Amino acid sequence: MILEIKIAMLVLVIVCAVASITIKDLLGAAVVFGTYSFMMCLLWVSMAAVDVAFTEATIGAGISTVLMIAAVFRTTRRTKD
Amino acid sequence: MKRLALFAVILAGVLFAATASEFPRLGAVDSAPSRHVSPAYIQGSQPQTHTPNFVTSVLADYRGFDTMFETTVVFLAGMSCFFILRALRRRGVTEVYYYRHKPTGVVLAMLTPRRIPPRSSCFERIDADWMPQDMVVETMCLFMVPFIQVFALYVIAHGHYSPGGGFQGGVLLAASFILVGLSRDLRTVESLLTEKTAILAAAAGVCIYAGTGLLALCFGGNFLDYGAYASFFGAAVPAARSMGILIVEIGVALTVMATLVTIYKLVSSRGTVEEGL
Repeated sequence: MILEIKIAMLVLVIVCAVASITIKDLLGAAVVFGTYSFMMCLLWVSMAAVDVAFTEATIGAGISTVLMIAAVFRTTRRTKD
Repeated sequence: MKRLALFAVILAGVLFAATASEFPRLGAVDSAPSRHVSPAYIQGSQPQTHTPNFVTSVLADYRGFDTMFETTVVFLAGMSCFFILRALRRRGVTEVYYYRHKPTGVVLAMLTPRRIPPRSSCFERIDADWMPQDMVVETMCLFMVPFIQVFALYVIAHGHYSPGGGFQGGVLLAASFILVGLSRDLRTVESLLTEKTAILAAAAGVCIYAGTGLLALCFGGNFLDYGAYASFFGAAVPAARSMGILIVEIGVALTVMATLVTIYKLVSSRGTVEEGL
């Protein structure tokens, strides 16, 4: 894969990882975490590990985002700390 | 405490960055796995297991035990979620049930669950925080569901030839149910796949996997040696191995699907499986 796209994906992974732990809005954090998972999925594809990428796309970006949003809806939306 | 956590994270990052240079480069020919492990699987997979996709053959054949216990762990995770989160109905706690009269839009609140017939054309049970839903979103989400399920079945059945298999296909099946839950409400999912059915399906998946292994013992093979089914299916050994792996993948998919739907139901409804997201 093109090197520039790879570097852009790597930067986005780091940005999303930092954003998802610093953001105060828990719903936003869950969505950013889903973006992080999807960027990781693209990285796996660029490393030719299609099977891992498929698992990451379904479980990481798909189901766990939904589960986290469900958990946020049943607790509070803003963090206390 | 927060400083300590930050310190631990930074320390782990520095250690990881320091050891990252020791890793072999991606696709390096002279790295340790490329010398012995990879050629053994790449060259041996086709003649030994007759599975074209060697990720599948490693998962379901070479390391069948590993995948079997992974499936068991998924099932146990679902069961522990059930035992921790499920709120059993306590006596003396009054719950309010809301029913909406569809033609007029009048909402009735009842303290005791006087159940309306499930297919009543006048009344529908609604959540406490019910709001009129967007018809476009709901229709499009329900329109997507069959396509997701067909794709999931394709992923399960085609795991031999392409990426995918039981875990991914099971997750896709669960996603189709969760999409119904997100676009409609939790009761629709509950009517499609009840809690009891889901837990039974999860247990059945584990039993299918372990049973396939055990049945091979009856035909004179080793545990999880699918080649022993050749006489049972009346087919050659390669076809029997393919069939064995397919049955095992179906078991995995059942467990994963049922477990994820159960966890979603419990998490989104505070453990009551009555009103949800």
